[in-house]
Amino acid sequence: MRIRIAHETVYSYAVPAHAVIQTLRLTPRNYEGQHILNWRIDVDQDARLDAHEDAFGNITHTFSCAGPIQTLTVRVDGLVETSDTAGVVRGAVERFPPGLYLRETALSAADPAIRSFAEARERPGDRLSTLHALLDDLARDMTFDKDPTHASTTAAEAFALRRGVCQDFAHVFIAAARHLGIPARYVGGYFLHADGTVDQEAGHAWAEAHVPDLGWVGFDAANGLCPTEQHIRIACGLDYLNAAPIRGSRHGGEGEFLTVKVMVDQALRQVQVQ
Amino acid sequence: MAGAAPIFDEMTLADGAVRPAYETLARWLQSIPPDLLATRSREAEALFRRIGITFAVYGDAASTERLIPFDVIPRVLTSDEWGRLSKGLTQRVRAINAFLGDVYSKREILRAGIVPEDLVYRNPAFRPEMNQQPVPHGIYVMIAGIDIVRVDGDTFYVLEDNARTPSGVSYMLENREVMIRLFPELFSAHRVAPVENYTDDLLATMQSVAPRSASSDPTCVLLTPGLFNSAYYEHTFLADKLGVELVEGRDLFVKADVVYMRTTEGPKRVDVIYRRLDDDFLDPLVFRPDSALGVPGLMSAYHAGNVTLANAVGTGVADDKAVYSYMPEIVKFYLGEEPILKNVPTWRCREADELKYVLERLPELVVKEVHGSGGYGMLIGPKATSAEIETFREKLIADPANFIAQPTLALSTCPTLVEEGVAPRHVDLRPFVLTGRDKVRIVPGGLTRVALKEGSLVVNSSQGGGTKDTWVLDS
Repeated sequence: MRIRIAHETVYSYAVPAHAVIQTLRLTPRNYEGQHILNWRIDVDQDARLDAHEDAFGNITHTFSCAGPIQTLTVRVDGLVETSDTAGVVRGAVERFPPGLYLRETALSAADPAIRSFAEARERPGDRLSTLHALLDDLARDMTFDKDPTHASTTAAEAFALRRGVCQDFAHVFIAAARHLGIPARYVGGYFLHADGTVDQEAGHAWAEAHVPDLGWVGFDAANGLCPTEQHIRIACGLDYLNAAPIRGSRHGGEGEFLTVKVMVDQALRQVQVQ
Repeated sequence: MAGAAPIFDEMTLADGAVRPAYETLARWLQSIPPDLLATRSREAEALFRRIGITFAVYGDAASTERLIPFDVIPRVLTSDEWGRLSKGLTQRVRAINAFLGDVYSKREILRAGIVPEDLVYRNPAFRPEMNQQPVPHGIYVMIAGIDIVRVDGDTFYVLEDNARTPSGVSYMLENREVMIRLFPELFSAHRVAPVENYTDDLLATMQSVAPRSASSDPTCVLLTPGLFNSAYYEHTFLADKLGVELVEGRDLFVKADVVYMRTTEGPKRVDVIYRRLDDDFLDPLVFRPDSALGVPGLMSAYHAGNVTLANAVGTGVADDKAVYSYMPEIVKFYLGEEPILKNVPTWRCREADELKYVLERLPELVVKEVHGSGGYGMLIGPKATSAEIETFREKLIADPANFIAQPTLALSTCPTLVEEGVAPRHVDLRPFVLTGRDKVRIVPGGLTRVALKEGSLVVNSSQGGGTKDTWVLDS
């Protein structure tokens, strides 16, 4: 499937900022099931994008610009060819052995409620079934709701509410899996809605868990399914903070206002001319 | 080696004989008028107050800033003793640097099964963000403080490695300055190796690890969390002695992967940052997003190789108390040498049979939290009430991996001025080991900490310990 993505983030400041610095994790890599045909990032300020690969193998771009800055727009346009791999991630850049992904973080720590939720779904000796039980029951028990949570909501807080956005679903899934000794990680990306909805308010997030013999397998708890050809995988890490599309800081300025527009659409197949 | 072992006094042996290092000092102590030490002690306190040297004690609401008690009787080491110690320290810090370089790149020691993988990966002080990221000249720990204790004439143990932002060196320097003013006659009677070149050594070390892209006269700064940090006095003291700017995060900024300092003459490139700010706060774009103490973009400049952080990020994984127990193996693995300095025998409570052993012997052991420091959160079995032991037993059973246990060491004592006169008190020693690109530098001695309460083994300044000047005699 060929998917077109346009993702625009606009910061505007009531009082202009003196300087802004940001690190972007907005560039996907190729792996089995995902091939990047075209990808570009534009920043509408005079800035140089310095590319790095971070410790998890994600591509980052850091830029800084000097003010006065009234508005700042970060725009991503891309075209990606995907195919269904039943959620199994093969050929991705791996910088750590799976054991690293048992590490607890503040956002993904399991509290007693998550622990007992996880333990009740453990199928000894069958990791894949355990993970599917976690996936199905989280999708059933938690309600998608963008009001009560925010970027720094922890897994425990979201699970107590049984509400949240895809980030919260992913954190709860990760916390539960790690509690059972299953390496799990956070993935940020995009999702093409099957119902034809093109315009979205945010990117998407899900989890990956490590299964012996299969390797890393995706689990999208917010949608209750394993990633399909509708998922575009951008960055991974221990939790949201390692994979956040934009982490920034500004010097001076006041009254920051943020708007995010994401458009994910199926691109028309082009006829290959030899 | 448990509680029954006789206590070794560094001045006077059990048979009353004075050890050679202390001969002159012992004679002098005999000869002075009885109230001279008390007088000098009051003078010393007045000097420290004037200098303004204070230390904040967390959880002590009554006095956030206070003086660390200073004992006017120096501790004396011979040049032979120091020679052995300094070889052992150099070896230990070389191994620590090799370990860090390995766990953040090839991970050979994990693959070889010598250190368990989860002890590194699940360690809060391990920084995944440093994985596969080179650091300038491959040096992680430029400034180490290695805590040493002594149990007899020959045996020194490493009690703890401090590879993050060890403090206390300002006390070492101030103690010497005050001693020279108060006891000039003692200095003319002894050949005491100087320590005041420490800050020159530190500056040379920092300059030697500047990134390759820096000019031949690299700009170094000292980054402090600010006024409310317990060691702020030391930060101002060191910046002043080094002749470098003392900066807070807001004084620095990053542009195109280069770090600059805001100055009245415009931005100035910074090459080396001696940072006394914890990893978590360094860069809100990478670590805690709510940190206002750090420099946004610093890690990007660091990974680009345009700035050196001293110490590197993520060094805490090497001084963790659970990793400590593997240090003898770590020394052998990387250097192919036998460790010169011994480790205190350590039981890892994460291992079931060792936990069982520890639980059976709580009243005689010292139990420490793996990630604790400053003497907080530890049990000293022989000094604890049975209620305290039972509370600790529950903590241990609930989370065994969080604890290690050690025998109660008979720490050596040194003559110390207390209310009743001169009496032996337990001491430890924190030498400071500087590792540059060119060489390792250690000023002779270090900071001696003394437990002022009779029989107490806790020397931490946060727990009411004091300090002494430490003399290494030139032969």
